[in-house]
Amino acid sequence: MPDFDAKKVAEIHQHLHSHLPSESALRVKALETLLVDKGLVNPQTINAWVEAYSEEIGPKRGARVVAKAWSDPAFRQRLLDDAPAAIDELGYLGKATAHLKVVENTDAVHNLVVCTLCSCYPFSILGIAPAWYKAAAYRARAVRDPRGVLAEFGVDIAADVEVRVWDSTAELRYLVIPQRPAGTDDMSEAELAGLVTRNSMIGTDRELGRE
Amino acid sequence: MSATDDRALKPLVAVDGQPAFDEAWQAQVLALADTLVQSGMFSAAAWSDALGAALKQAADDAADDNQETYYRCALSALESLVAQNSEIDRRAMTGKREAWEQAYLSTPHGQPVELASD
Repeated sequence: MPDFDAKKVAEIHQHLHSHLPSESALRVKALETLLVDKGLVNPQTINAWVEAYSEEIGPKRGARVVAKAWSDPAFRQRLLDDAPAAIDELGYLGKATAHLKVVENTDAVHNLVVCTLCSCYPFSILGIAPAWYKAAAYRARAVRDPRGVLAEFGVDIAADVEVRVWDSTAELRYLVIPQRPAGTDDMSEAELAGLVTRNSMIGTDRELGRE
Repeated sequence: MSATDDRALKPLVAVDGQPAFDEAWQAQVLALADTLVQSGMFSAAAWSDALGAALKQAADDAADDNQETYYRCALSALESLVAQNSEIDRRAMTGKREAWEQAYLSTPHGQPVELASD
């Protein structure tokens, strides 16, 4: 019976396709296979990268940098003068973060980082950029209306505080040092690192507090 | 301000709190791009320009402003840069993609999917 056959074929087709990766996944597999075959990438390097950035490398690295800057004035100065060299002291400067500038929040200044072109981000110390950082809504508005964007994150900046917006590029990326919360003089560097949020190092969070 | 109003003002916060990648292929795209920048096939600036152009095109086409669109743009940018900077051309990419699809369709479920050698 043609009807039955057509239905059966459709079911088999559906069953087969349920195991088929998405169009994008197939294209990536194709690209990786071709690059590996040509000796242009090592599959182990790709797997190690994916594992590291999916599970291991995240904003805790940046938080450690900030906590050390809060605790060690000499390190803080080195960080402001030459961030790559200072971060290299901690042993995890990725090549992608080789051109990094550190900017510091004060009572009078709030810093906000964006990449208006694409999504340049110091990922070797902050991990993969959050979805909102890559969204057109953020990239388009952070420069034009930084206070409005900050308000969306629940961050109200007083009128007498200057908001500086830093537009990242492939050659220069930014890390914000948020202000150290009051009442944390007794805390260790490791405890301080626990107070630092990912967003505070991008500038979409300002007031950190003791937990 | 009511809780509803508060949520309405925070669309950017609503898309935060997600895992680094929604799907494995997204991670693989960035891994390949970063690895090829490190190996010198193309520069970080060329990657940024290509990705920026793809994102602008997506915005001009009114594509959804989400991670899926972002990573599809990243994949397109990567394919363009590889085509421009290596011997791997579009035809090879399409051919290998078809080969992978056939391999998936012809491999019984539960067995490892492998590509037949050329």
